[in-house]
Amino acid sequence: MGLIEKVFSLLEPAHWGVHPADRKRPAADVPVRGLPLPARLYVPLQQHIGAAARPVVLFGQTVLKGQLLAEAQGATSAAVHAPTSGIVSAIGDISAPHPSGLSFPAVTIEADGDDRWADAGIAVDPFGLPPQEVATRVAAAGVVGLGGATFPSALKLGLGLRAKIHTLIINGGECEPYLSCDDRLMRDAPDEIVDGIRIMLHATGATKALVGIEDNKPEAIAAMTAAARDFPAIRIASVPARYPMGSEKHLFSALTGQEVPADGRTTDLGALVHNVGTAWAVHEALRQGRPLVERIVTLNGGAIDMPGNIRVPVGALVADVLAFVGLKTEPARLVMGGPMMGNRLPHARVPVVKGTSGILALTANEAAQLDPGPCIRCSSCVRACPVGLLPLEMSARIGIDDLNGAVAFGLKDCIACGCCSFVCPSRIPLVHYFNHAKGELAAQGRAQLRNESAKRLAAARIERLARDTQEKAAAAARRKAERAAQKAAEKAAAGTTAAGAAAEAAQQASKEVVA
Amino acid sequence: MSAALPPGIPVAAPHAHAGGSVRRVMAKVMLALLPATLYGFWLYGWPAFHLFMFTIMFALCGEAFALRLMRRPVAPMLLDGSALLTGWLLALSLPPWAPWWIGALGGLFATLVAKQLFGGLGHNLFNPAMIARVALLISFPVPMTLWVAPLPLGSVGAPDFVAGLQITLAGIPQLDAVTSATLLGHAKTELSRGIDLLHAAANAPALSYIGDRAGSLGETAALLIAGGGIALIFMGVISWHIPFAMLAGIALPAFIGHAIEPARYLDVATHLLSGAVLLGAFFIATDYVTSPNTRRGQLVFGAGCGLLTWLIRTYGGYPEGVAFAVLLMNALTPAIDRLVKPRIYGRDRKGKPREPAAAKT
Ligand code: SF4
Ligand code: SF4
Repeated sequence: MGLIEKVFSLLEPAHWGVHPADRKRPAADVPVRGLPLPARLYVPLQQHIGAAARPVVLFGQTVLKGQLLAEAQGATSAAVHAPTSGIVSAIGDISAPHPSGLSFPAVTIEADGDDRWADAGIAVDPFGLPPQEVATRVAAAGVVGLGGATFPSALKLGLGLRAKIHTLIINGGECEPYLSCDDRLMRDAPDEIVDGIRIMLHATGATKALVGIEDNKPEAIAAMTAAARDFPAIRIASVPARYPMGSEKHLFSALTGQEVPADGRTTDLGALVHNVGTAWAVHEALRQGRPLVERIVTLNGGAIDMPGNIRVPVGALVADVLAFVGLKTEPARLVMGGPMMGNRLPHARVPVVKGTSGILALTANEAAQLDPGPCIRCSSCVRACPVGLLPLEMSARIGIDDLNGAVAFGLKDCIACGCCSFVCPSRIPLVHYFNHAKGELAAQGRAQLRNESAKRLAAARIERLARDTQEKAAAAARRKAERAAQKAAEKAAAGTTAAGAAAEAAQQASKEVVA
Repeated sequence: MSAALPPGIPVAAPHAHAGGSVRRVMAKVMLALLPATLYGFWLYGWPAFHLFMFTIMFALCGEAFALRLMRRPVAPMLLDGSALLTGWLLALSLPPWAPWWIGALGGLFATLVAKQLFGGLGHNLFNPAMIARVALLISFPVPMTLWVAPLPLGSVGAPDFVAGLQITLAGIPQLDAVTSATLLGHAKTELSRGIDLLHAAANAPALSYIGDRAGSLGETAALLIAGGGIALIFMGVISWHIPFAMLAGIALPAFIGHAIEPARYLDVATHLLSGAVLLGAFFIATDYVTSPNTRRGQLVFGAGCGLLTWLIRTYGGYPEGVAFAVLLMNALTPAIDRLVKPRIYGRDRKGKPREPAAAKT
């Protein structure tokens, strides 16, 4: 087997992922501009994975920039802060950045224009704090993963303490086409990022950090290498530009040569992955005492007049940002995030959130048009899949509603990267099918859980009723026996045979109980 | 997917596409076939051209008829080019001066039965062109094995447009004058008459690299076919795995056999350059629909096609075995696909999660 395996691996070099046209420049080379403060900001209470935050401000209340608007609620949640100073003019539902256009709870702030910061906490040396305290402060600043997954960062740091992390992997891959916000951040604020990485090393107890940056960003690599020169624990590594290099597991593999076991996490192998933007936010939180209330967003796409990276307060409407950069033509499609995994926006009246890496206004030529044809089994999708799945087989199973068949082909290992749809010559929306099927499976799982608990409850009820009747019968029998015993006692004077009758009666009663 | 948003609503990501389409794939394949086809027209003259046209026309008609019958949109499906390509490949594998009804029946059979009856594009288990060819060979062995020596356009005695049409419609006049055996056919006949190959070679049709010998369009233009195939590899339409494995699957046993007993076994060059080997290796075995979907499976598949071709040619009743070999391997494709799957990230080949063994370092 070993030899055959060797021969085969020579004949078919490992290959995964796709090389989409990156279209990052010229937007990536334009200096960052700040968005003029909009009159009103709509701050969603849920900008992260987990439970929505609970509002702690009141209608009409005056807030300062950076003031807590809503606190984390539950084990997985993140705090939300005011992106500017002003008055809370509404707490309620607004439209969310999602194709459904479903509404979403948010705090609306009428900006007063002063953009006045709340008093920052007294600056302390983060390295003098115990690691747990660093995580607490990161949590208090509402920092979430800025790579798009928006997992609360403090939880991840805490995970690091528990899971014996030795390596911190910093994701500077930014493999999505069009986007350059991380690139820009690394070019403009490498020292802050490196400082954030050092703080995270301290917070997790890891001994080294590997920063993976795709080789299509030479300026970022140079800037980061210069900034990390004095810190031997931090190594800047160039990785080949290839989508989805920014996937946690793939970046981890590219940097360490190891593979994360299925159903496992990088933490099982002692590595924790954070985004460069998160490192920057950690620096801001610990050194400046500033919560995460703004971020850099890439504005790109053929319909945009002046593409580039914009510093945007959380809660600003996409429409505000688009107005700032200008539109050349009416965009055929608005996308929040990158073109490979981003969400299509129903309209521009949705707010920018912490996880918004980019806003794309695509022309009809750029936006992929779907006109699905039959699968010609060309196996392009098989070669493109970074996970080694058979998308054509999975979609065929899903097409006939055989979800278990799709799972047998690895549906649950699918990372929804979209490589398969990207290459499919028949334009089959494969990843869309997979997401749909996963949702279906999750719903089935929930329904099954519900059924099971209902069954458990019913069974418990039947048992209880049975026990009740049994107990009642026992009690009745006991009373009967008692009465019989009493009668027997009354007759006791009459002779010794009565005692035998009493014993008999008692025995009979106990038999009834058993029956 | 960002779970910060309400789940369960369709998200049509990705918003970008690599830009390929089925039509473009088919067009590239046809482009790669064009030089060999044009050369074949020149070599065999107008009859070859007419037969080609008949075959393609009827292939398209079969497809359109089936689509109409199933109330599917005819125009877009017809325009994807797959039926055109099927007819084209079939035409290249026919005797160039075969009568029109051979091409017509073959074309109809290929698209109507071998493709649409199985469910249309992407659902057929067997390569339609090869099924049609084999069906014709079994049903009409005489016209399907009647080969003519090349009579290039413009040479003395070459039929003009009208005479060519007459040949295609009404048959070949003075049969003996122009027919000739293919190299493989000659070898088979001589062997069966008890004459060994060393003696048979003396009066055999010469092996010609430029196609100066009897055969189908796809056979005689061997080098142009190979060139087109290599171009396809560079265009990224096909990968080298199937052609390489198939050629190796023929060359290896041929080399060994010929080295041991040259009087009994044909040499490597004859095997590779005659019959439909090159057309089969680059254009037919590589058919997406009917070949395995992993690189590894494709190597197995190609090697099987090659080996079977050699076995049929050497020990079977037919002088040529490419079509049979490809069809047999087509039948095995689902099994190969079931057995040979890509390794999933984080799992071993059997699908079990990998041990986090190398956790240290
Ligand atoms: S979306 Fe899933 S199946 Fe498609 S390429 Fe990505 S991981 Fe593979
Ligand atoms: S890329 Fe599309 S057409 Fe090709 S095998 Fe995959 S699903 Fe089928």
